[in-house]
Amino acid sequence: MIATLTSFVSELRQVGIPVSMVEAIDAAAAVEHVGLEDREALRHSLAACLVKNAHHLEAFDGAFDVFFSPLPPPGETLETTEGASVGDGGAGGGEADLDQIVAGLLGALGRSDHDSMRAIARQLVGRLAGIQPGRPVGGRYYLYRILSRLGAERLLERLLAEHPEATGLDRRLLEDEYRSRMEAFESMLQDEIRRRLVADRGREAVARTTRTQLLEDLNLSTASRAEIARMEQVIQPLARKLAARLAHRRRHLRKGRLDIRRTVRQSLSTGGLLADPQFKAPRVSKPDIVLLCDISGSVATFAHFTMQVMYAMASQFSRVRAFAFVDGVDEVTGFFTPGVDFHEAIVRLGREADVVAFDGHSDYGNVLEQFADRYGAAITPRTTLIVTGDGRTNYRPGRAPVLAELAQTARAVYWLNPEPRRFWDTGDSVMGEYAPSCNGVHEVQTLRQLETFVEGLAMAAQTHRTIVKV
Amino acid sequence: MSGFASPSEVAEALTGVQYLPDERISQVVYLAERLDKPVLVEGPAGVGKTELAKALAEIHGRRLIRLQCYEGLDESKALYEWNYRKQLLRLQADEGAEWSTVEDDIFSEDFLLERPLLEALRSPEPVVLLIDEVDRVEIETEALLLEVLADFQVSIPELGTIAASSRPLVVLTSNNTRDLSDALKRRCLFLHIGYPDIEREREILLTRVPDLPQKLAEQIAGVVRHIRDLPLRKAPSVSESIDWARTLLALGIDEVNEGVTTDTLHVLLKYQADIDKAAIELARP
Ligand SMILES: Nc1ncnc2c1ncn2[C@@H]1O[C@H](COP(=O)(O)OP(=O)(O)OP(=O)(O)O)[C@@H](O)[C@H]1O
Ligand SMILES: [Mg+2]
Repeated sequence: MIATLTSFVSELRQVGIPVSMVEAIDAAAAVEHVGLEDREALRHSLAACLVKNAHHLEAFDGAFDVFFSPLPPPGETLETTEGASVGDGGAGGGEADLDQIVAGLLGALGRSDHDSMRAIARQLVGRLAGIQPGRPVGGRYYLYRILSRLGAERLLERLLAEHPEATGLDRRLLEDEYRSRMEAFESMLQDEIRRRLVADRGREAVARTTRTQLLEDLNLSTASRAEIARMEQVIQPLARKLAARLAHRRRHLRKGRLDIRRTVRQSLSTGGLLADPQFKAPRVSKPDIVLLCDISGSVATFAHFTMQVMYAMASQFSRVRAFAFVDGVDEVTGFFTPGVDFHEAIVRLGREADVVAFDGHSDYGNVLEQFADRYGAAITPRTTLIVTGDGRTNYRPGRAPVLAELAQTARAVYWLNPEPRRFWDTGDSVMGEYAPSCNGVHEVQTLRQLETFVEGLAMAAQTHRTIVKV
Repeated sequence: MSGFASPSEVAEALTGVQYLPDERISQVVYLAERLDKPVLVEGPAGVGKTELAKALAEIHGRRLIRLQCYEGLDESKALYEWNYRKQLLRLQADEGAEWSTVEDDIFSEDFLLERPLLEALRSPEPVVLLIDEVDRVEIETEALLLEVLADFQVSIPELGTIAASSRPLVVLTSNNTRDLSDALKRRCLFLHIGYPDIEREREILLTRVPDLPQKLAEQIAGVVRHIRDLPLRKAPSVSESIDWARTLLALGIDEVNEGVTTDTLHVLLKYQADIDKAAIELARP
């Protein structure tokens, strides 16, 4: 058991869940108390010891299922357990069979009969998944295959068709209910697929191909809408933690050098006793932040995240101003007044900001000129300018000298590019022209990288250094 | 620790005091008692985090000591403070006395103001210590909490080290408005409580709202689940669905439909924008 637990913990670390030694020891102690028979009890117990972030639970569950799913009885083959394979085309008899199974499934879903649902899931995986031994394919692939052969999208309709009397709200509630039963059925299918894959390839190998990425490691530019919504939830707590850490550090820095004059003056009130040493507050200046964000197409999401993080941390800066652009630039600071729902601010920004000057294709050159022209005064020697975008100019002039000039005035300039570094300077990307004017150019594709950058930025400002490394 | 022999015994006991746990909750509570570790309970507002601590105190027959956290909470409010006013009076009364005797005197038990953490440590009977909404405190106070939870002892310069006379069962709650430090999290078992599934929500309603008809409870749980799925600023919590059930009962309504729901949405939802969104959804044919 200890061996399984050890490799499970190392799998969690591979996924990116930080598990300390102490926590691993707690988990081992938990197993002593809980035992292995009741899988759900074990799941909850291990989760309580090993996962301290709710957003990591999904990835934990995925790994747990692989490591602690019951093994199939010895001798069971991968392919079919009962009857012949239906195959792609399927023989006439097979199809008829499938219809029967589907009818049985509809009945089971209608009664919410979990035992039957599980039996049918087992049967279907044997017939429809077409799992081939040794193929390093993740479980999702087989799930989709079964669902599409099953015509799963029509199941819901068929279930609802049995309740013609339900309309309006009633119908939607019924739909909710059937949808949640379908989800339960899908996870039964997944359990069964996983069980067979594990029997074939072993737990470690299956874990590797079925890993769930953590939110903080998802690519911001390609994340799905649902993923983005979940990421937005973690930004605020994350930014607050950063801000709290920075504030704490600032208070400590402040207890800098002993202030002899003030200490002596203070001592007069205690009859000359140097009872209450006074410290000089070191000059810890908060930087002025100016954001200049490309909000066109594929980089828009990235811009939103950057703005959200910077605004969530606004207390750590003396001022934050934001500018958005496509081929024209507009100030959008006003959309982010304190207390405003960030989501609503972004919606308004999309509707009201005047960021298209010409054809709606990014034009960095024009934007830089317009920015220098209209808002040049925003850049002072106290300003840290942060540009976000892919630096793709649509083959228009990049006008790098304009950025160089802004950089002359600014305290520092950073460029955050959501594209992988290997794509920079290919096609119409002119990152190479802008980079010399920047104190740092960073590939930022994930929340984790964004966090590292922002923390480095604020720390550097506290210690008067201006180089930030990601 | 007076022990429950199994998670299902925990579940039974909690149910007995009208707190309906799911499997995860009773499992983690059981484990926390076995391993003698604090539980950090996290989840959205109104899902029963605070209530869990209260229920635990009740099933163990222990006193609940609650440290309500807020921004600016410091040692003097969390742990202990000297009663300056009383000390000053004593100083005036003792004028002329030897400083060392006076000092011993005014820094003694009589002048100590016990705050929740110290109170929990010094209680002769074991208590349940609830550190509520810990995500609101500053890092310095978080560090203090960590220290106390690490060895269940504190040192007061004037009095020396005070070790716990009994180990409290500790529950910390957080709304996760700020990520807590890794050190504090390592010290605790983690329990995430989300919105209950539809069956458990129905049972909670039936337990908490006497006289609520079964059918109505079912409908309420269904509608609440539907509304929670909308992209809202603040989804309705369990306490809000309880409020809604009470409202409907008071209005003498025995069946939920679009009209009734729309008219009473303000009980479920706190933001006008959310109310509007839900009303549109309900008006959909
Ligand atoms: N599992 C449950 N069983 C019974 N009642 C519950 C349960 N969960 C929540 N409730 C009800 O919901 C109410 C709100 O719960 P509670 O105050 O504990 O929420 P909370 O999670 O602490 O929220 P907040 O984050 O706002 O402090 C409780 O008073 C109780 O009536
Ligand atoms: Mg609470």
